[in-house]
Amino acid sequence: MLYSDKVMDHFNNPRNVGVIEDADGVGEVGNPVCGDMMKITIAVDDADRITDVRFQTLGCGAAIATSSIVTEMAKGMTIQQAAAITKQQVADELGGLPPAKMHCSVLATDGLKVAVDDYLRRHGREPISGPIKSADPNFDPHADEDEHGDDGECDL
Amino acid sequence: MDFIYFDYAATTPVDQRVVDAMLPFMTERFGNPNSLYALGRDAYRGLEDARERVAQAIGASRPDEIIFTGGGTEGDNAALIGIMARASDGPAHLVVSAYEHHAVLEPAHWLEKRGHAVSYLAPRADGHIHPEDLASVMRPDTKLVSVMHGNNEIGAVNDVAELARVAHEHGALMHTDAAQTLGKVPFDVDALGVDAATFSGHKIYGPKGVGVLYLRRNVKFEPMLKGGGQEFRKRSGTQNVAGAVGFAAALEIMVREMPAESERLARLRDRLILGVTTRLENTEPTAPGGERLPNIAPLLIKGVEGEAMLLQLDAQGIAVSTGSACSSGSLEPSHVLLACGVPKEVAHGSLRVSLGRFTTDADVDRFLEVFPPIVERLRAMSPVYARMFGSP
Repeated sequence: MLYSDKVMDHFNNPRNVGVIEDADGVGEVGNPVCGDMMKITIAVDDADRITDVRFQTLGCGAAIATSSIVTEMAKGMTIQQAAAITKQQVADELGGLPPAKMHCSVLATDGLKVAVDDYLRRHGREPISGPIKSADPNFDPHADEDEHGDDGECDL
Repeated sequence: MDFIYFDYAATTPVDQRVVDAMLPFMTERFGNPNSLYALGRDAYRGLEDARERVAQAIGASRPDEIIFTGGGTEGDNAALIGIMARASDGPAHLVVSAYEHHAVLEPAHWLEKRGHAVSYLAPRADGHIHPEDLASVMRPDTKLVSVMHGNNEIGAVNDVAELARVAHEHGALMHTDAAQTLGKVPFDVDALGVDAATFSGHKIYGPKGVGVLYLRRNVKFEPMLKGGGQEFRKRSGTQNVAGAVGFAAALEIMVREMPAESERLARLRDRLILGVTTRLENTEPTAPGGERLPNIAPLLIKGVEGEAMLLQLDAQGIAVSTGSACSSGSLEPSHVLLACGVPKEVAHGSLRVSLGRFTTDADVDRFLEVFPPIVERLRAMSPVYARMFGSP
């Protein structure tokens, strides 16, 4: 298993680390029992555009790198665009992820989605992200990956 | 930037003295030890000399109890499958510890799928397999007990002599995987009372791809590799003469240097553990207590994921290992730590620092200088560290 140079760059020099005080939306996904946890805070302007985004992550190299890159991607996007970022786009932006680490990009995109929906709910608007896969306690991050068979369970 | 190797429990460099002993058997003394002409007889003498030296080093009464293999995994597979295959006509019972290496656990699973009953014996919180716990799972049809001598992740050394006594009392044979302990703590097949034992060359500054299976005389054994009947019909295939010679040379060096080296390593290990636990809050040695390997410093660094620490140390030129899930591609933390009762959220922060022949005080100093800021930085990035453990 090898990480791309870009993954290592974002792991060693993560961008946008921290918490926005008085954030407009907060997303927290994952669980310390599974070893991965992310918190994303966003600031949104009147035109639904994300003006600032910060993250905190507990997790492996890929978890930190995907969190970092997703904040770079989301900054300047509308909330609709940000909520539509896929795990594959995150992986591609990083120059690829090892198959066993694809679940980390799920957490990164889900964290952003939860933050966007939190913003919408605070303004009495309908959430747009749909079901959050990783919020399901029975979520199996390897469900759509054949490479790893039965070793993806994390029983809570 | 200097590179510092702290992963001797994973593998070791081949000692130059071992290389020197091996080289002639790759070049001018290259004969097949099974050939009858002079070149073959010369290789045969090299092989048998190596066998006698290994037998002597582990207290085996006869050289033909030493079977050269392709490494630790082969030895473990051969011992479990080979002994169980001949132990009874039908299904029987096997006991392994729950924190064995996968080279023992996987053949145990395989035997289970083929009708044998397997008990997976958990260690206690002190990281050891207790003889009274073994006694409680023994059955009239138990044919084999396999408990590792020293654990590769936490460094606990089990009382194999007492475990073997329990196994024998119940009519079972005793195997131990001693890949981590050979040459680091005394190993004598009679003192420990084992019927079979597995060793690996590359853990003792010998070459990769060579190991030894000790098989006490008269233990019934079905060979996995069938063919030309080499190694007393227990492991067919032209012998790796250079590897066997390297194994013997490496083992003799280990045994000769053990008294001083184990004391030196234990001091460095203790200094490293104490240094980490005093410099960083919410850190502790893993499952401490009882007899320990002198060269393994197992650490639990709470609130940090193991792979993140490994990669940050690597960026500073320091190589360590982690039992954390993320390094293996699984989300589950190490089965060793879970077997010892370490909670999952803590087990994710495991780090194994293992020391060896070329580790110095300066290396430990460098580790203690580099490591705490890495942990502090990762904890500061965590959304839950303050919540789980209180503000730093």
